[in-house]
Amino acid sequence: MGSRFNPYDNNGGTCVAIAGVDYCVVAADTRMSTGYSILTRDYSKICQLADKSVLASSGFQADVKALQKNLSAKHLIYQHQHNKQMSCPAMAQLLSNTLYYKRFFPYYAFNVLGGLDSEGKGCVFTYDAVGSYERVGYSTQGTGSTLIIPVLDNQLKSPSPLLLPAKDAVTPLSEGEAVDLVKDVFASATERDIYTGDQVEIVIINASGIKREYVQLRRD
Amino acid sequence: MAHDEDVAGSERTLYPYVTGTSVIGIKYKDGILMAADTGGSYGSTLRYKSVERMKVIGKHSLLGASGEISDFQEILRYLDELILYDNMWDDGNSLGPKEIHNYLNRVMYNRRNKFNPLWNSLVLGGVKNGNKYLGVVTMLGAHYEDNHVATGFGNHLAVPILRSEWKEGMSFEEAVKLLEKCLLVLLYRDRSSINKFQIAKITEEGATIYPAYSLKTFWGFSAFQNPGQFAEGTW
Amino acid sequence: MSSIGTGYDLSVTTYSPDGRLFQIEYAAKAVDNSGTVIGIKCKDGIVMGVEKLIASKMLLAGSNRRIHSVHRHSGMAVAGLAADGRQIVTRAKSEATNYERIYGEPIPVKELADRVASYVHLCTLYWWLRPFGCGVLVGGYDRDGPQLYMVEPSGISYRYFGAALGKGRQAAKTEIEKLKLSELTCRQGVIEVAKIIYGIHDEAKDKAFELEMSWVCEESDRQHQKVPDDLLEQAKEAAKAALEEMDAD
Repeated sequence: MGSRFNPYDNNGGTCVAIAGVDYCVVAADTRMSTGYSILTRDYSKICQLADKSVLASSGFQADVKALQKNLSAKHLIYQHQHNKQMSCPAMAQLLSNTLYYKRFFPYYAFNVLGGLDSEGKGCVFTYDAVGSYERVGYSTQGTGSTLIIPVLDNQLKSPSPLLLPAKDAVTPLSEGEAVDLVKDVFASATERDIYTGDQVEIVIINASGIKREYVQLRRD
Repeated sequence: MAHDEDVAGSERTLYPYVTGTSVIGIKYKDGILMAADTGGSYGSTLRYKSVERMKVIGKHSLLGASGEISDFQEILRYLDELILYDNMWDDGNSLGPKEIHNYLNRVMYNRRNKFNPLWNSLVLGGVKNGNKYLGVVTMLGAHYEDNHVATGFGNHLAVPILRSEWKEGMSFEEAVKLLEKCLLVLLYRDRSSINKFQIAKITEEGATIYPAYSLKTFWGFSAFQNPGQFAEGTW
Repeated sequence: MSSIGTGYDLSVTTYSPDGRLFQIEYAAKAVDNSGTVIGIKCKDGIVMGVEKLIASKMLLAGSNRRIHSVHRHSGMAVAGLAADGRQIVTRAKSEATNYERIYGEPIPVKELADRVASYVHLCTLYWWLRPFGCGVLVGGYDRDGPQLYMVEPSGISYRYFGAALGKGRQAAKTEIEKLKLSELTCRQGVIEVAKIIYGIHDEAKDKAFELEMSWVCEESDRQHQKVPDDLLEQAKEAAKAALEEMDAD
């Protein structure tokens, strides 16, 4: 009887984002699990917050949904007050603040925010659950991230953040190459991570707008 | 932790008392079908045998619950009031399944945020304006939609059957047969389930909760006769 | 009113030397100037009707409702200041839901009327409050059958077979008295109420109006609802026909 109510669950899932010179790819699988059970095979973890920022989040679904609603509401107010869409870096700061606001009862959400900055360059922001964040060239979060990150490191060879003067973190890949890489890393993660699978939803943001595509993954 | 201190002296659900077991819901040709038994367990004692765990909500929705029965009945009181206040506008608009599902989600998530959860898994089904809706909300506020859903043990035992046998556009008879197949498996393998089931349906025309009935069981399977026979080292 | 302007009409907490409370009487005046509101108890239920005066032709038909539901089985028609009426309705709704939350059954109409009357009366007891500028009819159906109450700005509440408020109340009451209420069904009652409201309305002198009607009866499954559109139309036609017949005579 000493066991205390646990307000968290982990519904699993993996998110990936890759920034290029003039594009950004954001992807996540569509499986939602609890423990060893799959709740549904078709749950989107990707949320478009503004015309040039897209958020992919895994973790505890109820918290993720609450976070998405919270950010959407804040963005709506921002539009009313400033008569424009929030930029991706602004959204990144907002997300950090929103997460940190709940520092002592955190949103159990692992986020990757992708989009284009005000110069049209691809940008990726990666977070922990309590709001610390960093702008990077590529990132992955969620249950499959440990399997994916070394592959991305190997393939994308981000310039060291210690270099001076600082180098752009964007990857040298073309948009098509980046999308193919995303498909590969998800297919691989699905092999070993039970919380990743079913489908991968890929969102591509570039100057001409937003595209979405889906690729089947293993369902076991 | 911020919420540690006041647990001892305050009132909140730390564990459930009287619980209902699985609820199953599926889409079919004309709408949604739901099924559950009518048992209410007090721990492992079968305390109540005629608990209605599926209720009609407003004009377009059907709610089924597993978990703490008292919490479910509290939820029904919330919903009754919600529907009443909606009806009193008398403006011809009414809350649909989507709205009810969202409302339930907010209630469940709010309560978990207060560390005082409503100990239920809820299945909400409905039809409005030709759109079928079937969703689940858990006690923590996690929620999703699907063509077929099940709570509790049903998630382990019924969902695999539904995944292989559910089809788009099943007839009422086919759908009931599929539900009964799931219920029977649950009856055999979930010890807190009982052989007294209700099926509920909702279509564009409205909701019907059918009277409780029993399924024919067959306990003569060889695996039941001597469960250890094919498993070396067990008894 | 002989004592107007003698200093006894500014506060609800001061009586005039002859024992009157002028603020309450002024509030009653606000009700008397309103469009006519009628309620009758028929043999199978309650019918309420309002002559809703239209301030502008640009108002959306059906807006600014003066009849509100209070619970499944009861409703309220407002004469006087509509905004004050909404305040009372809100209170009535919360009393009704509170009652059901505690006792698990819908509030009896008598209890509802009493509680509403108490609330209205409360506003006549303090210098920092102003009495409500509206009177309300409370109609409902409970285990004792259909009942109709009227609550006035003073906080007084009586149960009626037929009641009327507003400009045409006198004429309306004489008309209601002519009806055989104990034999009338609500379906017939709707038509009678419509006839009375159309009959009282002076097309030459008065502003345009919209007829708003509700009922609680067997036909509405003991639920308080707007009168169905087709029946309302039928009632309006009957009322207009009756008017023309009168003019022809």
